[in-house]
Amino acid sequence: MATSTPSSFASFWTAFRRNRGALLGLWTVLAIVCIAAMAPWLAPYGPTLTDNQVFLTPPAWQSGGSAAHWLGTDAIGRDILSRLMHGARLSLTIGVAVVAISVVLGCALGLAAGYLRGVFDMVVMRCMDVILTLPSLLLAIVIVAILGPGLVNAMLAVAIVVLPHYVRITRAAVLAEAQRDFVTAARLSGAGHLRLMLVEILPNCAAPLIVQASLGLSTAILDAAALGFLGLGAQPPLPEWGTMLADAREFVLRAWWVVTFPGLAILVTVLAFNLLGDGLRDALDPKLKR
Amino acid sequence: MWRFVFTRLGLVVPTFFGMTLLAFFLIRLVPGDPIETLAGERGIDAVRHAQLLHAYGLDQPLLTQYGIYIAKVLRGDLGKSIITQAPVMQEFLALFPATVELALCAMLFALLLGIPAGVLAAVKRNSVYDHGLMGAALTGYSMPIFWWGLLLILLFSVQLGWTPVSGRIAVAYFIEPSTGFLLIDSALSDEKGAFLSALGHLVLPTIVLGTNPLAVVARMTRSAMLEVLGEDYVRTARAKGLPPWRVVAIHALRNAMVPVVTVIGLQVGVLFTGAILTETIFSWPGVGKWLIEAIARRDYPVLQGGMLLLGLIVMAVNVLVDLTYGLINPRIRS
Amino acid sequence: MPAAAPMHPFARLLELADLQVDFPSDQGVLHAVDGLSLQLHAGEVLGIVGESGSGKSVAMMALMGLLSFPAQMRATRMQFAGQDLLHASAAQRRAITGKDMAMIFQDPMSSLNPSFTVAYQLSETLRLHLGMDARAARNHAATLLAQVGIADAASRLDAYPHQLSGGMCQRVMIAMAIACQPQLLIADEPTTALDVTVQAQILELLAQLQRTHGMAMVLISHDMGVVSQVAQRVAVMYAGQVVEVQEAGALFDAPRHPYTQALLQAMPQRSQGAKRLATIPGMVPGVADRPSGCLFAPRCAHAQTACNTPAPIHRDGGSQVRCHFPLHPLGAIA
Repeated sequence: MATSTPSSFASFWTAFRRNRGALLGLWTVLAIVCIAAMAPWLAPYGPTLTDNQVFLTPPAWQSGGSAAHWLGTDAIGRDILSRLMHGARLSLTIGVAVVAISVVLGCALGLAAGYLRGVFDMVVMRCMDVILTLPSLLLAIVIVAILGPGLVNAMLAVAIVVLPHYVRITRAAVLAEAQRDFVTAARLSGAGHLRLMLVEILPNCAAPLIVQASLGLSTAILDAAALGFLGLGAQPPLPEWGTMLADAREFVLRAWWVVTFPGLAILVTVLAFNLLGDGLRDALDPKLKR
Repeated sequence: MWRFVFTRLGLVVPTFFGMTLLAFFLIRLVPGDPIETLAGERGIDAVRHAQLLHAYGLDQPLLTQYGIYIAKVLRGDLGKSIITQAPVMQEFLALFPATVELALCAMLFALLLGIPAGVLAAVKRNSVYDHGLMGAALTGYSMPIFWWGLLLILLFSVQLGWTPVSGRIAVAYFIEPSTGFLLIDSALSDEKGAFLSALGHLVLPTIVLGTNPLAVVARMTRSAMLEVLGEDYVRTARAKGLPPWRVVAIHALRNAMVPVVTVIGLQVGVLFTGAILTETIFSWPGVGKWLIEAIARRDYPVLQGGMLLLGLIVMAVNVLVDLTYGLINPRIRS
Repeated sequence: MPAAAPMHPFARLLELADLQVDFPSDQGVLHAVDGLSLQLHAGEVLGIVGESGSGKSVAMMALMGLLSFPAQMRATRMQFAGQDLLHASAAQRRAITGKDMAMIFQDPMSSLNPSFTVAYQLSETLRLHLGMDARAARNHAATLLAQVGIADAASRLDAYPHQLSGGMCQRVMIAMAIACQPQLLIADEPTTALDVTVQAQILELLAQLQRTHGMAMVLISHDMGVVSQVAQRVAVMYAGQVVEVQEAGALFDAPRHPYTQALLQAMPQRSQGAKRLATIPGMVPGVADRPSGCLFAPRCAHAQTACNTPAPIHRDGGSQVRCHFPLHPLGAIA
């Protein structure tokens, strides 16, 4: 009833496999995870290693480039390829952390709001409305402006901004499921409130939560990169992809590789997670309409 | 119908209070002394400190302070910028038209390209057009705006020299602002080439800001159309012998537009978010750039006022969208 | 009561030979319509009965050209009023659809476009096929609504479908169908979604319109009782094939195919006070378990070894039966 059986996973996997875009997303995500995990060993240089002899070297296939720096170097001689690899670690960590925080907090709030109803419910939902109405980046910027720039504060800000989505999903699931007979039955048999919430109700909103989390990863990476670009997120010399673009404007004329590659990394990663999330949603959809 | 209107307007009240509360507490959440935060000064001596405490009303109970703040907001008084000493509201009103012009053009761009793309993808389902268009849409949706802008500048302004790099209009022109919309003002002015210059400056920022909404509109239109095309009344329209374009463009699209319109309205918040980044890249003199500069300069009244105003505008647009939805949907209308 | 005899017994309005409609799927190909052959004379009323999945609706949708992806259709011959439909262009087909050949569907409330008024949807047909202008179309629409028994027609013209009851929606659908005086009206389960009291009214309306306009009619239903009231000839379909065609009276008194007999026995009106209602054991074959021989053999009470080969079709004039061992040989009964 509340838990999924092996056969339902098998049918989900068949549906998922058929979606070529989703598979592409999955493999890309796995590749990025591998690169991120192996970055300290894969990267040819340290991410913060500067070498003023080779600053602004073009990529290897252009004249002036060398095989020592495949994708070129930036203004103070740091190897871009190595920075991108270490940046993958950073971006994935940011994404996972933000989603983890907002899922846990969002589920807790949503479960409580849907279960307790009354004033608490109303206050929570109005707060979520305010967060949703405010333009997301604006709210994140304001939060970071208060707390001070930095990676951790940026992650917190983004987590708060995406919180309402998880609260709504969980709350809606609680409201729907609380009426169902098996909940009444469990209650009659003496199950405590907490057990009811965690064991009976929560698994039923697993599917939309999973989809939202996967899409939320891409949003988190994008928003964190935007904050980094504005100088409010990860601070230099951290090799966060958005931060790498912060100073790139002045090099648009003479060093196109400094501008292109970090953004390309963001695009590919976000696209991969979006493909994955879309594929998950399409494959889980028939399950949602039980 | 009126019951629907009043219920919807009623929801505005708690959201309004929520936003003003957030803005109100903003200053007090900044680490350090709120007086120093508000005055923008450091190391204020005790006498001046007490003066400022009274001037800012910080010696009153919290609830009274909030009441005074709400009253001020309703009057349009949002404090003064620490840096320029000009009223926040005045600065906002001077810069807002630039942002609106950009946002409107971006939305128009998104609709003019997105709706036909979505319709085409739905009608030619699973074809090469469908996969191609939706792939492009997903890419546009995943694109970091700031990078996209830089890339386009690299390509069109630097390499090809087709478009200008920044600003709203070439420096040579000075147009007296009357509507605040440079396209209109420059067209009305006598200066030769001003309109074209304004238009040329709008091209890249519009594309950059409009890419994300374009993707959303295209995807939304496609899924709405697919659903509508499977409905019984579309079958009836075909059974009447209507030509295919009429079945799609009139019978199907009319009903598919309903969910798309609500999505459009909700894009306003996204547009403001994107505007912050776009204006930074293109040095577009709108409220986005204004807010970013305020952060660097610790101009908290500007941040507080700007956030509140943008939030209230988004809220107003959401209400308008909901009411329009009620108008379009005949079930609610009657 | 069956309608009056056809005007020209030798005028073949409709000729369908060997119609095949397949739906490819992951589990295999579904033969929704498998070798269907039918003829219809001008002004004749044909009833088609069968369970869900027998292919009766799909066959008529194929005739109207309303099949959509992924259906695949083939036929040896498809002629309507002397015109070859198989090799006609899409535009030529559209000229007939809704004008000379019209169809009404099962769920009237979802078959009308919720965003347009009744007048608009009626006028559309009139302006397209009869070239009327807006005012003439509107007036004629009012006349049509009166013809289908809608009281106070003029006030209903500007109503939206959700403001009308199911019965009224079906009347509007009928009005749209007869607007251009078609030679053939196909009614696909027209009363199934309606209340019992309204069902009789709609059937009576259809019969009366058929008499007045002298048009041919195909009435599709799973309910034999409905068909018996209106049809002159009845075709029985099973799993995509026509298993029997006979004059209505003869069919009900002396069915030739075991399936027809079983259907008649299963009618609650025929239970004659027995303790249990008669049912047909087994299920209609799906994609995976389609028999290679006679399709009904697994469920037939009279099945013999010879029934494992495809059943031959015996024809005599307008009647046919597809069976190895018909209950009464064709030609033996007048």
